[in-house]
Amino acid sequence: MENTVIVIGGGISGMTASGMLALQGMKVTLLEKEAETGGHVARWDRLFPDRKKAAEVLDFAREGMKNVNVVTGAEVTGISWHDKGFTVTSGIMQPASSVPGPESLIANSGSLINEIAAGESNYTARALVLAMGFDLFEARKKEEYGYGIYNNVITSADLEEKFKSGKDILTSEGKIPARIGFVHCVGSRDEKVGNLYCSKVCCVTGVKQAIEMKEMYPSAEVFNFYMDLRMFDRHFEELYYEAQQKWGVSFIRGRLAECAENPDGTIILKTEDTLTGKPLKMTVDLLVLLSGFVPASGTAKIAGMLGLQRGTDGFVNSADSHSMNNLSGIPGVFLTGALKGPISISEAIADARATALLLADYLKSGKP
Amino acid sequence: MIKFNLFVLPFSFGLVFIVYSIVIHYYRWIKALPAVDKVKLASGVRNPSKVLASLKEIFLEGLLHRSLWKRNPLLGYMHMSFALGWFLLIVVGNLESRIYHGSHINAPYYPIFLKFFIHDRLVLFFEIFTVPAFFRFIMDFILLFVLSGLVLAFIKRKKSKWFGMTKTTNHSLYDRITLSCLWLIFPMRLLAESYTAGYFGGGGGFLTQNLGKLLVAITPGSSEMIAYFFWWSYSLVLGLFFILMPNSRYMHIPSEMLLIVFRHCGIQPKKWGSSFSSLEAHSCSRCGVCIDACQLNFAAGITNIQAVYFIRGLREQCVPENIALTCMVCGRCQEACPVGIKVDSLRLIKRREIGSGQVSDFSYLKNGHPGFADVVYFAGCMSHLTPSIPIAMEGIFKEAGVNYLFLDRSGSICCGRPLMLAGKDKQANELIEFNKILIRQTRAKLLVTSCPICYKVFREEYNLPIRIQHHSQYLLELVKDGRIALQSQHRRVVYHDPCDLGRGGNIYEAPRELLGKISDLVPAVKECADALCCGGSLGLLNTPVKKKDELTKNALEYLLKDRPDILVTACPLCKKTFSKHSGTEVRDIAEMVHDAIPGRLIRKTLAAKEPARLLAD
Repeated sequence: MENTVIVIGGGISGMTASGMLALQGMKVTLLEKEAETGGHVARWDRLFPDRKKAAEVLDFAREGMKNVNVVTGAEVTGISWHDKGFTVTSGIMQPASSVPGPESLIANSGSLINEIAAGESNYTARALVLAMGFDLFEARKKEEYGYGIYNNVITSADLEEKFKSGKDILTSEGKIPARIGFVHCVGSRDEKVGNLYCSKVCCVTGVKQAIEMKEMYPSAEVFNFYMDLRMFDRHFEELYYEAQQKWGVSFIRGRLAECAENPDGTIILKTEDTLTGKPLKMTVDLLVLLSGFVPASGTAKIAGMLGLQRGTDGFVNSADSHSMNNLSGIPGVFLTGALKGPISISEAIADARATALLLADYLKSGKP
Repeated sequence: MIKFNLFVLPFSFGLVFIVYSIVIHYYRWIKALPAVDKVKLASGVRNPSKVLASLKEIFLEGLLHRSLWKRNPLLGYMHMSFALGWFLLIVVGNLESRIYHGSHINAPYYPIFLKFFIHDRLVLFFEIFTVPAFFRFIMDFILLFVLSGLVLAFIKRKKSKWFGMTKTTNHSLYDRITLSCLWLIFPMRLLAESYTAGYFGGGGGFLTQNLGKLLVAITPGSSEMIAYFFWWSYSLVLGLFFILMPNSRYMHIPSEMLLIVFRHCGIQPKKWGSSFSSLEAHSCSRCGVCIDACQLNFAAGITNIQAVYFIRGLREQCVPENIALTCMVCGRCQEACPVGIKVDSLRLIKRREIGSGQVSDFSYLKNGHPGFADVVYFAGCMSHLTPSIPIAMEGIFKEAGVNYLFLDRSGSICCGRPLMLAGKDKQANELIEFNKILIRQTRAKLLVTSCPICYKVFREEYNLPIRIQHHSQYLLELVKDGRIALQSQHRRVVYHDPCDLGRGGNIYEAPRELLGKISDLVPAVKECADALCCGGSLGLLNTPVKKKDELTKNALEYLLKDRPDILVTACPLCKKTFSKHSGTEVRDIAEMVHDAIPGRLIRKTLAAKEPARLLAD
């Protein structure tokens, strides 16, 4: 009981935090609701700015987790706290397909039952690390961009999946795309969908993916539609320069207004080039939407169980955003990673290590 | 017989003033009418059936307050007791005064202060069956009737909920002073008549005589001076009320009468305003019924822009810009208004004054022949933000084998209504003229639109020689003509009435009938004319998104109370607005119909994969 910790969420934040805690001799249980750990990073091919393989970052994190008790398919259903610490109840979920039963055929109803609870387990520990991370903004909410309606409109995550598969990226008609558009700020900085905040990493992701498309098809024309480009970290600006100078990627300042589909499956874009002040209409073969961050679906639930404060944006507020950004305000409950807002992978790793350090000190001294 | 006393002067002066004032107002309103309306008025007042209809409505609405009765009986009774009671006091009082004075030309004050001049006693028992005693009884009874309304008015100050009102008007100081005068008139009359009857030992009815006895008994040093004091007070509050009235809310009394006549003569509000609109503004009684109807009040906590305050601003000739612009033009207040004031048109007239100065350049619009078709389909700009609607419509057109033309497929030109809602009619007219040419060129017999906003403006502003239908009407017609066969999916759906389709276009039945065929329609808590706005209104020009979000969430609470599977609407803007906050799927009626075409469902299930996976491997 002395040195026990439960980490909720097995993305890069939770993995790094649990690894660091185990390294300091703590008994760590990591609860992950999906069947695998790795979170969003596991679905990514290469990372900005240096194009490192995402899998390598994950391998490094996994390396440190040898002594961590990882429970996957475990969705937290209740948290209680007492003088000895916390008890986390989790339902073990299994995919619906493995359970015999009538299958719903109704598409688009949004109410398919994917998982069925198979049983509950209790885990007890002296401290909790919350690392629920984020979800990608559901691009269907921007119906005017046609995701889920037009076959040649995909998200940045879909594109990474294609990169990862190693196959050629073709349009739904099986053609090599001659013109590709990237739309920045999809679901970010957009009051119309209720998200005023910047998702921070989509700008550089758009630049990285544009370069990757040019590498694959040097003769293709690539256009990035942006509001402004926030190249905030080391090497980002250089990457942006490279995209323009070496690869000839075009950057058009203007928010995409709406899309339509031509009979041949190509996509018509309507936007405004705000640098020339003119309305602009353009046809592309493939359109990539750079979906932003939203709080993970479990964040509201778990924050509710613990009575944690969330901002109007839905992300969890820490005790102090400058000096106590890993503390929740509840002794023994620590916050790490993207559940506090959009963050890059390198920042998530640094944040997780800081959390582990503070937590170790808490268990030693008993003071937050 | 004495027929004069100095105390009648304040009343008489007030009476002359108010009569003069009303005559001047009437004269100005009629004189300022546009020529066409003058012709309508002249022929209308010569038409006995129109005159009769006007008189009937003046009686039903002005005196009985029928529409308030329908809203809440207590509220109806309160207003009726004041209006009808006072009216009867004047009429019956006049008849009563004639018993004592043969002449037809009495001084106007004479019936009002009759009990001061006449205080004969009942000597013999049988005299209670005489005409004067009858009148005394009736007059006391009417006075009691009015006073009962006064008591209710006091109660309403504290317990407005009993009267069906959650929020009441925040009146100006001037109105409150005028109201105090009005409220004092009847107790003063009661005291004056009672004390006089008590002092002289006669002349009163069951109420005034007995109260009079009591008053004289309890007042030390009873004297004629006290009676004078009451009569002076009565006359002063009457006179003061008359002097304050033309600039107060009570000007609605004479104004509404003329307004009813104008309406029966077929006079309509004009786009840029006319004396009809000024008359409408004066006809507002500031009852505040519009406040409860307004979603900005009950869902977003904005309480200073409602119709009552906007119209008060119009009368005072100072409407702050934010009051004119903060309004969804959803028509709910107009629907609730007991006087039937066309608030939306008043609001738009004001917006035209504010917005007409700006210039727009539409030179980028390209001319070109759109082609020919039987049916011209106009999706509207909003439908371009919800592409699943035009996609469904095109699927249906193809299924039904319709020779159609998608007019705004690639270059959508605005129908003009958003500009009109912002008061920019001149700019809107440029677009309207442009679209009219395009529509005419198609030689289509029917124009179908997916957007209620466009539908309203096509019908009201375009003057097109062809039929205009919203797609909910059109799709129902296709089903009835057997051109498409539908199969019910038996999903529980709730239908949301878009403002411009329901209150704006009076289409409530077609979408319900259509949905009844393809789903299990459950009623919404507030629907049809009482339906709420989704909060996305293009009319709401200067309200922060957060407030709009509150409106949307509130409307969703009502709509989703019965936990339907799908929230169906018939407007792309409503769909877009609700989708932002709804946990329940939101769909347009066209999508519902498209999915109900047999065979569609299976095809769709097969195709409903992630788009990424559809990219050829």
